[in-house]
Amino acid sequence: MFDFSIVSSWIHNLLTGVMPEFWAIFLECLAIGIGILLFYAVLAIILIYMERKVCGFFQCRIGPDRVGKFGIFQLFADVIKMLIKEIISLKNSDKFLYALAPFIVIIASILAFSTIQINKGMEIIDFNVGIVFYMAATSLGVLGILLAGWSSNSKFTMISAMRSGAQIISYELSVGLSLLTVVVFTGTLQFSEIIQSQADGWLIFKGHIPVWIAFIIYLIAGNAETNRGPFDLPEAESELTAGYHTEYSGMHFGFFYLSEYLNLFIVAAIAATVFLGGWMPLHISGLDGFNAIMDYIPGFIWFFGKAFFVVFLLMWIRWTFPRLRIDQLLKLEWKILVPIGLFNLALMILVVVFKLHF
Amino acid sequence: MDIKNRILEIVPEAEFSENGSLVAIVPSSNLYTLAKRLKNDEDTSFDYLLSLTGMDFGDSLGVIYHLESTKYGHMIVLQTSTNDKDKPELYSVSDIWKGANINEREAYDFFGIRFINHPDMRRIFLRDDWVGFPLRKDYNDELNPLRMTNEVTEDMTQELTLDKDGTFTNKENIIFDDQEYVINIGPQHPATHGVLRFRTSLQGETIKKIEPYCGYIHRGIEKMCESLTYPQTLALTDRLDYLSCHQSRHALCMCIEKAIGVEIPERVQYIRTIMDELQRIDSHLLFYSCLCMDLGALTAFFYGFRDREKILDIFENTTGGRLIQNYNVIGGVQADLHPNFVKDVKEFSSYMRKILKEYHDIFTGNIIAQQRLKDVGVLSREDAISFGATGGTGRASGWACDTRKRKPYGVYDKVSFKEIVYNEGDSFARYMVRMDEIVESLNIIDQLIDNIPEGEYQVKMKPIIRIPEGKYFASVESSRGEFGVFIDSRGDKSPYRMKFRATGLPLVAAVDTITSGGKIADLIAIGGTLDYIIPEIDR
Repeated sequence: MFDFSIVSSWIHNLLTGVMPEFWAIFLECLAIGIGILLFYAVLAIILIYMERKVCGFFQCRIGPDRVGKFGIFQLFADVIKMLIKEIISLKNSDKFLYALAPFIVIIASILAFSTIQINKGMEIIDFNVGIVFYMAATSLGVLGILLAGWSSNSKFTMISAMRSGAQIISYELSVGLSLLTVVVFTGTLQFSEIIQSQADGWLIFKGHIPVWIAFIIYLIAGNAETNRGPFDLPEAESELTAGYHTEYSGMHFGFFYLSEYLNLFIVAAIAATVFLGGWMPLHISGLDGFNAIMDYIPGFIWFFGKAFFVVFLLMWIRWTFPRLRIDQLLKLEWKILVPIGLFNLALMILVVVFKLHF
Repeated sequence: MDIKNRILEIVPEAEFSENGSLVAIVPSSNLYTLAKRLKNDEDTSFDYLLSLTGMDFGDSLGVIYHLESTKYGHMIVLQTSTNDKDKPELYSVSDIWKGANINEREAYDFFGIRFINHPDMRRIFLRDDWVGFPLRKDYNDELNPLRMTNEVTEDMTQELTLDKDGTFTNKENIIFDDQEYVINIGPQHPATHGVLRFRTSLQGETIKKIEPYCGYIHRGIEKMCESLTYPQTLALTDRLDYLSCHQSRHALCMCIEKAIGVEIPERVQYIRTIMDELQRIDSHLLFYSCLCMDLGALTAFFYGFRDREKILDIFENTTGGRLIQNYNVIGGVQADLHPNFVKDVKEFSSYMRKILKEYHDIFTGNIIAQQRLKDVGVLSREDAISFGATGGTGRASGWACDTRKRKPYGVYDKVSFKEIVYNEGDSFARYMVRMDEIVESLNIIDQLIDNIPEGEYQVKMKPIIRIPEGKYFASVESSRGEFGVFIDSRGDKSPYRMKFRATGLPLVAAVDTITSGGKIADLIAIGGTLDYIIPEIDR
């Protein structure tokens, strides 16, 4: 199994050979920062392209096919357009908060993005309370949305921000509960250890019923947290035109747009990490030959395969289901998902205590 | 029972004229009493105000009421007028029929007739600073240049009340007070399907009150018709409800043909009926698409449009048009059917029956869709009749209001089809009515398509068509309700007054009643299922 830490320690040794350690770490941090941003942007482009093609596929259309072969350059054209568009400032808006909001959203998204582990040894933020950090980072985003809605000085964006606040804060509970179920099972909050504990089989197989329930709850709640259909109430275009980012233009809008797609990927990636083993290849305990063959496939392929599979699932849901109403949305969370989540947590504790898992 | 004698019993001064429809001419002071008796008396029960038409008779201003009884099916036309052209005041019937409210505002807007005891006497289509009343014959157009200022939306409205001692007082009614959270939904909004504006007062997400504002696409078609010859007026009906252009034009042709007494060949009747039904499917497919899109199911949206395309292709082959088709003419249709028409329609019919299952799979059965539509926006049967909300909306509320059954025209009396009626009155019923009507329309087409008789597709008409003096009315079941055409002719080659009964206007009037207590999202679902078309509301 390829271990990325060989590369990173080689770079570290090379740099410390020519400069003091402080500057070496400084340079590494810089490189990692730039790396994350680049990766973030490229991934967003891939996701948006994928969304357009998948959506076209569901809707009996072709999707983008004019710019370049299969329309692959369409997104680059869109990005350039977005970058050179004018950023409009509004009369009577709260200028400072209005400008700040998209940055809060994108910073929260990048922070959460940094917790994702792509390959063995390729982790950026990985410490003993990783899941808690992830939860904290994702919930920062709602602050940006609330500020955007409030500072735009428009009644539509205000309604949207309020919806978004109610929705995200509610559904975080379910995300937390379903991740907690896994924490109970693995006994750790650190992502790398959660992945390591799946070396003899992914959690979705090992943990059976309680993990399945947690997985489904996580998918629903994660989808709701990213404001995507059928939970796209904050930006329900037929009700509130474009929701909280109605008044934004240019790259300010671009930040909201980027973070929406990356949040989709983050939710999918965390689902892949926690429930489907992350970069861990498919291992079946007892079949060593099979496991060895699986190890030849690099970890990042496993990871992206799983993550994009979950992304596809979420896109499928988005393009099939109509939108919920706000009271139905909150009812679903507080009266259905939270009780099930709590019950599931108790069930998981029983499973762990009586060792009923594989 | 003889309605004529009955009216004379109540109002002995009433006179009658029988040019075209039977019209009872009633003095304005007796009109309100008569209307109330006609509505409430058990043996008359005229509970459905089909149409309310403002009139300028030249020396007097007045109103013509088309009444119908949903119980007995009989019709009567009332006419009243006032000679005071400077301060025309008539009694409002808006407390007898709820649908009269918005129609009386229209009459006020265009003729300046103030209705006594009407709670909301404001202009509805035109700006508040409009000078004069455009449908009056002595209207001076030059007084209204293009305004360069924004229109201020007033939160107050006027009411002219008559006290017991016979004095008139002007009362001011508040529409929205200062403390209310009022948002503008429209005129540019994806869910209003056009330039309709709702001022919506909210309490959190809950709707407290809705005030519709129309007129953003008003073209004055009724006024334009007064200066066009009859064949020229035909071109404008397609521009009313662009999803019922065959049916609307059918109504106008029928009204003119009835008035001049021309016999329509069997072949034309068949063609018109088939075209009407194709148009209905076309409209209902678009309804399905747009409703699904409003509720956020974008995939279903494309399903509907994909299949609507097939109908448009069929239309295009025969008529040359896809949206605006200009097909019916007085005495026939514009051109004979395309040689492939029968084959194409048959193919489409069998395709559509199969594909409908897919529609129900992706949307109807969906739990979210059902939650969004069931028990949302209930319109009771009484309210539906009182507002005159015909079409799918009325039938979803349990009112069997299908004009094809009530007053058969074309060859609807020769085909067997079921009138779809649901009793729930909620959005889901309105949705299901239209989905089921697609099947019924296919049934009608299947019965006719093989039996189109040979013969002329057009009767040779005189180059100049004059309609004998009188008042004529004809109505058809358009895609979204009873579309009526009223012509008042003075024997000229162009109409003295032409009025189109809009199917959408009662629906817009009913929105406030239907949405009360709902959420913003419900307004979108209700607007989608009411299925109004703005150019037809505005005319």
